[in-house]
Amino acid sequence: MSNWIEEEKSSLLKSNQNEKPQLSKETIDGDIATLNLGPTHPATHGIFQNILRVDGEKILSSEQTVGYIHRAFEKLAERRPFNQITPITDRLNYCSSPINNIGWEMTVEKLIQAEIPKRVDYMRVIIMELARIADHLVCNSVVGVDTGALTGFTYVFQEREKIYELFEEVCGARLTTNIGRIGGFERDFSPTFHYKLKEFLRTFPKVFNEFDSLLARNRIFMDRTMKAGPISGERALEYGFVGPNLRAAGIDYDVRSMNPYSSYQDFDFIIPVGVNGDTYDRFMVRQEEIRQSLRIIEQAAKNIPEGSFKADLPDFYLPPKEKVYNNMEALIYHFKIVMGETPIPAGEVYHSVEGGNGELGYYLVSDGGRTPYRLQFRRPCFIYYQAYPEMITGSTISDAVLTLSSLNVIAGELDA
Amino acid sequence: MSDFTLNNETVLERISAHFGDAILSSETPYDLLTLVVEPTRVHDLIKFLKEDEALQISFLTLLGGIHFPDNKGKELGVNYHLHSLIHNFRIRLKIYFSIENPEVDSIVDLYVGANWQERETYDFFGITFKGHPNMTRILNEDDMDYFPMRKEYHLEDATREDKDDRFFGR
Repeated sequence: MSNWIEEEKSSLLKSNQNEKPQLSKETIDGDIATLNLGPTHPATHGIFQNILRVDGEKILSSEQTVGYIHRAFEKLAERRPFNQITPITDRLNYCSSPINNIGWEMTVEKLIQAEIPKRVDYMRVIIMELARIADHLVCNSVVGVDTGALTGFTYVFQEREKIYELFEEVCGARLTTNIGRIGGFERDFSPTFHYKLKEFLRTFPKVFNEFDSLLARNRIFMDRTMKAGPISGERALEYGFVGPNLRAAGIDYDVRSMNPYSSYQDFDFIIPVGVNGDTYDRFMVRQEEIRQSLRIIEQAAKNIPEGSFKADLPDFYLPPKEKVYNNMEALIYHFKIVMGETPIPAGEVYHSVEGGNGELGYYLVSDGGRTPYRLQFRRPCFIYYQAYPEMITGSTISDAVLTLSSLNVIAGELDA
Repeated sequence: MSDFTLNNETVLERISAHFGDAILSSETPYDLLTLVVEPTRVHDLIKFLKEDEALQISFLTLLGGIHFPDNKGKELGVNYHLHSLIHNFRIRLKIYFSIENPEVDSIVDLYVGANWQERETYDFFGITFKGHPNMTRILNEDDMDYFPMRKEYHLEDATREDKDDRFFGR
């Protein structure tokens, strides 16, 4: 009697995630249970479902359902003028929306071959690295929460607020920022921004080191996260992993250093890599990346060049309001931009930036019309979340929850 | 082969030597080598790019569909963005085929990560991938009976008359 149960279990363990598990009613004798992890469960940190088949605590197989918050961004984008697509990108990875915004703006700038002032590059670097810190803080503190350590989470979220205050100072919004314009920024950094940034750079490292000392060398945390949800470097590459999750597996691929954009080549920073690709390595890689981001911000804030905060792109960049009411040409441009009547070359362009979760790409096909003919987002979450069943098969449910949070799967980016 | 440097010309030369008949056209928009290839040969070509020791273009960045309703006989397309992380070289492959029989070879056997991207392409464009282990919809609901990213489906209710497409994008 027990033999065929064992056989059934081993066949389930071997079963590929992409095939429907071979589980018929007759073979279940009560040992194997089905457990719904999600779609709305506090432990999933987002709306996605995992149907786990478990033997006690052990996961035998898992089936994913995604698409709960699909909003058809790619279709929406086919009907919007280029400057109106920036708010859509906010809602991809909403933990670091400025990176998405700026990535999109740079894609259009690449298409129209705009020349961007150096000052804009540096301003963008500051904003993007702040967003990266905010993104990694959320992910790492949530890994802490899932191991039962709530303290770090509440502690660093205060610092995350300060980052959002900085965004607010630049663009008026906090979470879905719609920051910047095609060609630069809406306005220059204000003195308040510089003051707040200085304060942040002064106070944050201390808080961050305290957070780090709460978890990084904490025996319980280490025992809990090491060997949880590991993936090898080769397998990660086959799955299309990017960003911190790939680097935790030992592959040092970072778009910022490999295809530098926005003057990243000017800055001195290192790309941290892990060894085992497990939850602990992912945590440590993100911790180190926060430190490196701070280094970049310090360098950028120190060396920020003089110049304009916007490129000379009258076709895309709204003229100042006082001119619109007094100057014929400014009024015409204002009207043309608002109505989406800007000339755009036909062509296709792929541009990628290093988002919070890795290579965030934009594949834009333009036929010269007022809207993109086709816009496809390379959403890192969507691509690497496929590996999740493979990573958790054979582990316990609590490790599965931990693996999910350490992968930093953001539902907005997953479902687009 | 150790002093082989990858740039648009050398890669195109090397691919042409092996797949000369499969390449329909080549261009380099914004300095990215873009090849239009025979739909039937694309699987072999991607396999060659991955396994060739000189090229090692072995990272699938992006896979997606596109619809050109006016290109009769070649309405649907699939784009592959591939990346050689070792040489830091990117390449884009494109295939076009008829909407009557939208079927291409799956590359899941080469890249596991293509699985969901191919399902997404099926979901939105109705392109079927032969050899895919689970060719079902992924983001849309299972009983949807059309492919929404095709151009004939308007974003808004197509029966509306108060909105003129000329004034609101396409």
